[in-house]
Amino acid sequence: MSPSPRYSSDFADDTRLSNGGRLSQQFHIDVPMLVALLTLAFVGLIVMYSAGGQDGGAVWRQFFLLFIGFAVMSVIAQIHPTTLKIWTPWIFGAGLLMLFIVLLAGEIGKGAQRWLNIAGFRFQPSEIMKIALPMMIAWYLAESVLPPRRARLLICSVILVVPVALVAKQPDLGTALLIASSGIFALFLSGVRWRLIISLLTIAAACIPFAWGALHDYQRQRVYTFLNPESDPLGSGYHIIQSTIAIGSGGVYGKGWLNGTQSHLDFLPERETDFIFAVLSEEFGFMGVLILLAIYLFITARGLLIASQAQDTFTRLLAGSLSLTFFVYFFVNIGMVSGLLPVVGVPLPLISRGGTSLVTIMAGFGILMSIKTNRKLVSH
Amino acid sequence: MAQFDNFTFKDHLRESLLFNRRLTITIAAVVLLTIVLIGRLFILQVVEYTHYTTLSEKNRVNIVPIPPTRGLIYDRNGVLLAHNVPTFLLEVVEEHVENVDTMLGQLKQIISLTDSDITRFKRQLNRKRKFESVPLRYRLTEEEVARISVNQFRIPGVYIKAELARHYPQGKVTAHVAGYVGRISELDLRRMDNSSQYRASSHTGKVGVERTYEKLLHGQIGLQRVESNAQGRIINVLERTLPVPGKTLYLNIDSRLHAIAEKAFGEDNGAAIAIDPNTGAVLALVSVPSYDPNQFIHGLDTEAFDVLKKSPNRPLFNRAVQGQYPPGSTLKPLLGLAGLELDEVQAFNPVNCKGWMTVPDDIDQRRYRDWKRSGHGTTNLVKAITESCDIYFYDLAYKLGIDRIYQYLSAFGLGKKTGIDVIGELVGLVPNKDWKLRTYNELWFPGETLINGIGQGYTLSTPLQLASFTATLSKFGQRMQPIILKSTQDPKTLEMQPIEPVPLQEVHKISDKNWRTVIHGMEKVVHDHNGTARGIGYGIKYRMAGKTGTAQVFGIKEGERYDEDKIAKKLRDHALFIAFAPADDPKIAVAVIVENGGGGGTTAAPIARKIIDYYLLGESHEPKPTL
Repeated sequence: MSPSPRYSSDFADDTRLSNGGRLSQQFHIDVPMLVALLTLAFVGLIVMYSAGGQDGGAVWRQFFLLFIGFAVMSVIAQIHPTTLKIWTPWIFGAGLLMLFIVLLAGEIGKGAQRWLNIAGFRFQPSEIMKIALPMMIAWYLAESVLPPRRARLLICSVILVVPVALVAKQPDLGTALLIASSGIFALFLSGVRWRLIISLLTIAAACIPFAWGALHDYQRQRVYTFLNPESDPLGSGYHIIQSTIAIGSGGVYGKGWLNGTQSHLDFLPERETDFIFAVLSEEFGFMGVLILLAIYLFITARGLLIASQAQDTFTRLLAGSLSLTFFVYFFVNIGMVSGLLPVVGVPLPLISRGGTSLVTIMAGFGILMSIKTNRKLVSH
Repeated sequence: MAQFDNFTFKDHLRESLLFNRRLTITIAAVVLLTIVLIGRLFILQVVEYTHYTTLSEKNRVNIVPIPPTRGLIYDRNGVLLAHNVPTFLLEVVEEHVENVDTMLGQLKQIISLTDSDITRFKRQLNRKRKFESVPLRYRLTEEEVARISVNQFRIPGVYIKAELARHYPQGKVTAHVAGYVGRISELDLRRMDNSSQYRASSHTGKVGVERTYEKLLHGQIGLQRVESNAQGRIINVLERTLPVPGKTLYLNIDSRLHAIAEKAFGEDNGAAIAIDPNTGAVLALVSVPSYDPNQFIHGLDTEAFDVLKKSPNRPLFNRAVQGQYPPGSTLKPLLGLAGLELDEVQAFNPVNCKGWMTVPDDIDQRRYRDWKRSGHGTTNLVKAITESCDIYFYDLAYKLGIDRIYQYLSAFGLGKKTGIDVIGELVGLVPNKDWKLRTYNELWFPGETLINGIGQGYTLSTPLQLASFTATLSKFGQRMQPIILKSTQDPKTLEMQPIEPVPLQEVHKISDKNWRTVIHGMEKVVHDHNGTARGIGYGIKYRMAGKTGTAQVFGIKEGERYDEDKIAKKLRDHALFIAFAPADDPKIAVAVIVENGGGGGTTAAPIARKIIDYYLLGESHEPKPTL
């Protein structure tokens, strides 16, 4: 095995893109995925212009954030998966440490605390966990043969539960949900036996009453509101009423760009962030929604393809988990805005305004591209 | 080695197969979930499109908070002190307005809008959501309502709303007790722990009972889910959670007593408090001058507020609980009790009052004078109280020492809050050696004991504290917390909930004989021909025990004479009088202070008599004007 990776040329899609293919290998960029992501970003900017009240400033801000996101993606794509694998325990450890610090700072500050200030940069350690957790589980499972044995699974569940609990305690149930699902996907893909999956689910279900008892009153109230938006008609319940009207009145072809009445005249809350999907569906209708879903599905499928072509357990599990988490992102967001799911704070990837989560998503795609373009030939 | 390689390779292939099997399952799940999502959106956008278009274009679903009706306030006899009357106000819903400044310009042409109206409106506009209404003008006249109604079609987003506004029928008579409500300020919101309850309310209690019992009076917010048309007009109420109205409050206060007391003050400033010594119920808490609380409801403009604020008579200042005055000779009964109980004096052992005295070890031999220059002659305790002999009490104070005086005065609640249910009560001051060392870093001088012993010097008390210790005195040391609230009533079920009296720690054991001696002296203040309040003893139908007092405002140099006529009114002494009646079965205890009123017997005592007359004998016994 040589230390520098040798590039394969016997895969169909690489040979097809003769010149570009080589270039993409050089820069570690997966062109189809890049094109899809850029399209999505472009759609996002268009919708943002409308949602932000035709304010150029909002669009420029989002453009700048997207630029940073794509830059982060390109940089991470240059990192070899082997290097990523070596870093994994350190990244996870650092992320966990920062979560503890945030929790402690929150206890002292007597309030919800999610942000950490390092050298003038504010960021959420919980965002790091969205990537660090699947990395850690993939790293740990890759240490031995698959499917993992029971002892190993026990450790895995600790790796999973600790950060999720810390984030849930912040309290940020949306992010906790995304982190948990990323870890669960890695575990599921590793081939955990069905019997075990079912018994784990049973245990988890049995734990719910205990976890419920450990919550604070106000957290419980939060969960009630999540489960039944009608109980808080002035808050999130109002959001759902307004967003379903916006979506429904969009019809098949939509009211046209900048013509959404619900989102402009009425108070559609969070219309630049978590509820931006309502603006899109009101103005571009069912057709627009289908196109958006097609792009999202293409990206997910491309990610899963990368996972299936990956050559070792670590990259395979990581790529699979990241792609599926991306699916959860848009599924939960659209489900919540259309009243299918309770309101959880999950942004619509690449379209909602938002700094840290956008960067994390793009970092995930950077890892996927690194995995895709750094395939080495396995010596037979 | 080759064997090992082979093993891992096989395993690798197996893992890869396992992984791809799992991947297939997840892909199936992804496809399934996507179909569900598309199905949901298909239902919303294609199947129910018409329904949502109707909702979107013609009707909007809005959630409107409904304010609860504020509780009423009555006095002990059921006289209404605070209620709610309908008024009209102008509201603006920002999301229905095209351009706020244009709208304001249009409105200015038809109704009057002051700059302060507009700044306040714009400040609130930033705080509320776009679909929430923001008040622009209060108290619209009927003419203004008509003008707006005619022009409403030209000015979208502007609505006339009928609202209940607080009104105080008794006006300034009970202002210092009932207080008033005002528009909710940023400060109020920060103070509240239940600000979500105020989503629909515009006012909150600012002072007085309105503030103390805000939580009882306010009630609970209600909600209604309404359909409204594109202009925001409500066309259909879908669902309604009714607000819970605030509790009706009954006060211990007797508003007629208030009116009588206020009238008795005439042009003077001061305070009068009446307490039922048996329960601590506050029957009157009068502070004059007063103000009209109704002008605060819709916000005073700065000018009117300045007039109130800068008036030399300070009408907003609640003298009854916030005024701190030297209690003067009203403390003498307490000192007498301390002297008897600590065996420093015997009831019938006289002191010779020659008009002045000196402190034994004072090098300067400074003369401490009696108010009566010729002196009272041979004086025992009862006579000393009756005639308010200073020398007797100088001597007694000197014997007791300031720390023992402090102990007795504190036991009667002086220098401490009474705990009355009025916000902003002050504590007064009872000095001792420690206090002086802490505050001034100076030692206590024996001469200061004399001065403070007759309630001058550092000693300060609020009129309420005077009334409270008078009540305690009348009940032989049994202390009750003064309380304004008598009972609360549920406005729906009309169920009354009386407020229980709150007993405080009793004054440490003093023998009944000593109480009687002191109270006997106090009776003679009113009923003896030498008593300092003998003027009010004329034609009195019950036994009253009282004590006059004078609080120095103006320091008189040694050897100088206090001549009332030569001193500006502002610098004249405050007149004080405490009393309770009937002396043998006390039903009311009163403290009166007349600022710059001169002698307690001539200005303060008649006010107390009128209050007690009314309370014990009823209105008919009020002296009628001769025709």
